[in-house]
Amino acid sequence: MALRPMTMIEALNNALALELERDERVVLLGQDIGLNGGVFRVTDQLQRRFGERRVFDTPLAESAIIGTSVGMAVYGLRPIAEIQFAGFLFLGMSQLVTQAARMRFRSGGAFSCPLVVRSPYGGGVRTPELHSDSLEGVFLQTPGLKVVIPSNPYDAKGLLAAAVADPDPVLFLENIKLYRSFRQETPEEYYTVPLGKAKTVQAGDDVSVFAYGAMVPVALEAARQAQQELGISVEVIDLRTVWPLDEEAIVSSVEKTGRAVVVHEAPRAGGIGAEVTALINERCLYSLLKPVARVTGYDTPYPVPGVEDYYLPTPAKVLAALRQVMEP
Amino acid sequence: METRQQRKAAAQGAGPGDPRSPASLLEGTDRETLLNYYYQMVLIRYFEEKAGEMYTRARIGGYCHLNLGEEATVVGFCAGLEADDYVYTNYREHGYAICRGISPAVVMAELFGKKTGCSRGRGGSMHLFDLKRRFMGGYGIVGGQLPLAVGAAFALAYRGAREIVACQMGDGTTNGGPFHESLNLAKLYRLPVVFLIVNNQYGMGTRVDQGSAVPDLYRKACAYDMRSERVDGTDLLAVLEAVRTAARIAREEREPSLIEAVSYRFRGHSVVDPDRYRPEDEVRRWRERDPILLYATRLKEAGLMDEATRQELETRAQQEVEEAVRFAEESEFPSVEELYDFVYAGEGGR
Ligand SMILES: Cc1ncc(C[n+]2csc(CCOP(=O)(O)OP(=O)(O)O)c2C)c(N)n1
Ligand SMILES: [Mg+2]
Repeated sequence: MALRPMTMIEALNNALALELERDERVVLLGQDIGLNGGVFRVTDQLQRRFGERRVFDTPLAESAIIGTSVGMAVYGLRPIAEIQFAGFLFLGMSQLVTQAARMRFRSGGAFSCPLVVRSPYGGGVRTPELHSDSLEGVFLQTPGLKVVIPSNPYDAKGLLAAAVADPDPVLFLENIKLYRSFRQETPEEYYTVPLGKAKTVQAGDDVSVFAYGAMVPVALEAARQAQQELGISVEVIDLRTVWPLDEEAIVSSVEKTGRAVVVHEAPRAGGIGAEVTALINERCLYSLLKPVARVTGYDTPYPVPGVEDYYLPTPAKVLAALRQVMEP
Repeated sequence: METRQQRKAAAQGAGPGDPRSPASLLEGTDRETLLNYYYQMVLIRYFEEKAGEMYTRARIGGYCHLNLGEEATVVGFCAGLEADDYVYTNYREHGYAICRGISPAVVMAELFGKKTGCSRGRGGSMHLFDLKRRFMGGYGIVGGQLPLAVGAAFALAYRGAREIVACQMGDGTTNGGPFHESLNLAKLYRLPVVFLIVNNQYGMGTRVDQGSAVPDLYRKACAYDMRSERVDGTDLLAVLEAVRTAARIAREEREPSLIEAVSYRFRGHSVVDPDRYRPEDEVRRWRERDPILLYATRLKEAGLMDEATRQELETRAQQEVEEAVRFAEESEFPSVEELYDFVYAGEGGR
């Protein structure tokens, strides 16, 4: 395969171009995604290459964007809708939750809804609430919907391809801070990274750290410091698909290490961390040597720029949690 | 069916070159008030230019949307209301906040995210609030303010109050569900509300006719049998007259109205927008139709403002903006300890 260093933006753009080439049923829609290439330029040049029939602008109407995408998907197209910021998903939430996610279930399997909704999320770039929110936890209680969050360009491309190929609706959340933060050697050709599978980014024996999105590099840095300062071997697992969770990956890691830390920037209560912790309690309680620790955002709306560095998990906070779970 | 071209032409119907509002509008108002409108327009101009500069110097974070080019609409709209009426706007609201009487210093401090800002540094550029001045908020969610404004109008009607609600929005906003749901309710319940569409001809990169099947936005009120009109948004007196009339009808007859004011934003959607989607000659043409120059010329022609007065007003506005920046610079940021404040009522917000 021909490799090229790509940012996450470039990898996603490349993935979308391949989808448009491969499959006539694929259409891209969203606000200003054509000429302007979207707020973050993820769809840059795609309208020029593939035409207005395949890549088109919509009015400012999230509910209609997602709702009509549901109709398109049920009818046989493969729509990939862009919502400008995850905070605006709320306006299309009704369509996503009450229609897209339940289409298969309530039609007794007769209808399916192979739809992808892409949206940037996450903080750390000095944007205000609604433009920095992490909403994955909100969609945990939406059976029928998959929620995918890549942490690097390679996975972003492969997971997006898998999301488009998936027969069910997928909410694909792209971390804004990771968009351009680094390049990674990424194949030019088509490939997929399977949905529902976590990835062990770094194997270790003493403690498991579960993270996703922009928290994966944070967890890795904390693991490095823990190795140096505490002499412990940390296993870092990138969840990649945050719902449904890769239960086996979580359980087998904790059965090995006996200790766990979950890291996410979304608020603490009722989030992915809570769900992973509950799963560990249900399935690995007797392997656990210490209570599971969570390093998360706070249970407040996303704060103002002056406070956000404090709000977000950092390697230092993860290291403190590692210290805590490593206490004898 | 109309073609795209026809629709585009219709969308720009009130474009450069339209006749001015009647001279009689000048006559009914005293000179001091007319000069004060001028002052407010230049104050907004300087304030917004300074806000853009402070953004690029990283004093202001987040997103920052300016009223440049819309000064006549902003001032005319606010002047058509009474001091105790309630105002709702979108996130492009610095000028409205200032016209409603929030001091530029306190608005600037809010943009800087400082504790002395009108939302205590919690709202930022898009979320200015001042209950005392009945400035009910800028709202970052497009269309978010509309149902709220309708609800406020309901509450006023319920209490038999005399005040009305005025609700500003952008052209792109009229393509979303909240617009239609809100207009329907306002008419159905006969609520005292004035809706104002600031048609600056683009919603981000989307031109009006690319986003709306009906580019004559004021006509959307027909669907709800609501009175509506289109005015030249670069003509302060025309906007003022339309708002004043709609406000009177809302107050006295409990009838909602929709006003479409056509203007143009002089810069990109927000300070960071490279503005690649608008043809250069279109931008130039509209910049020539500067609402401040138009109004200045009118005042001069009517013998109401000489050059010395104009300069004096502009210098005063500039000083007020400099003072606002100084105040914002010197104010404190909210502290980390206050993170949980105001999430809920009560001590510490928990
Ligand atoms: C629900 C929602 N969708 C999208 C956005 C992103 N957005 C912010 S402003 C804007 C354009 C709005 O255009 P218009 O109503 O014409 O107002 P203008 O900015 O021109 O004043 C968009 C798409 C948003 N803030 N909220
Ligand atoms: Mg607009």
